[in-house]
Amino acid sequence: MANDALFGIHGAALQIRSQRLSMLASNIANASTPGYKARDIDFAKALDDATNGRAASTTSAISGAMGYRVPVEASLDGNTVELPVEQTQFAENAVAYRSTLSFLQGDVSSLMQALKGE
Amino acid sequence: MSSPMSVFDIAGQAMSSQIVRLNAIASNMANAGTVSTTKEGAFRALKPVFTEVSDAPGVATVKVSQVVQSATEPTRRHDPSNPLADKNGDVWDAGVDSAAELVDMIETQRQYQNNVQVMQTAKTLTLDTLRIEK
Repeated sequence: MANDALFGIHGAALQIRSQRLSMLASNIANASTPGYKARDIDFAKALDDATNGRAASTTSAISGAMGYRVPVEASLDGNTVELPVEQTQFAENAVAYRSTLSFLQGDVSSLMQALKGE
Repeated sequence: MSSPMSVFDIAGQAMSSQIVRLNAIASNMANAGTVSTTKEGAFRALKPVFTEVSDAPGVATVKVSQVVQSATEPTRRHDPSNPLADKNGDVWDAGVDSAAELVDMIETQRQYQNNVQVMQTAKTLTLDTLRIEK
């Protein structure tokens, strides 16, 4: 299902990237909340599970690939958000989201071209 | 399927929380120079308490659950000429650590900026996704 005939892995990839964007945004939002534990998605594992049919859906593949961030240096208030780490991950994820979107845009425009027969 | 919080909810509420923190800092700085006759009557710095708000695993925003008085004690100062001085000629200065408040203000500003940046990125990506057929 996730391994769509039309868009390949890009549909699932975009969904995982979007979910990861929310999670990294949550980490940045909670940068000064005492006791907050930063979380992230193992993108490679989530995509693998989603496209190989191991997970029932992309959503369950995402929940299976969630984990807690191991801080470089633990802070005294129990918060494990390290802003430089989160910001680089966020930027990387945004670029990757945009790349996946470009692949999808290519697919859509080829499809449109085929439909119009130009 | 329930709709989890969007990036806009997350960053938006985080920005509101940072504004509450900035307001508390402004009150503390405004009252840093106030004096009182009694220790109990002296102003003590106000501190917001941030708490995580989550409705789905891994997705969480932040809210101010309460505003508490800080543990910084008011300091006694001998100033007999002050009309508020007690019978020993002492007044109590507000329990505000100005340097710490300024540091807190910079941190608040940085975190507000981070959330604005998150929102801008999310907005651009969402708009790009809407225009996928172009």
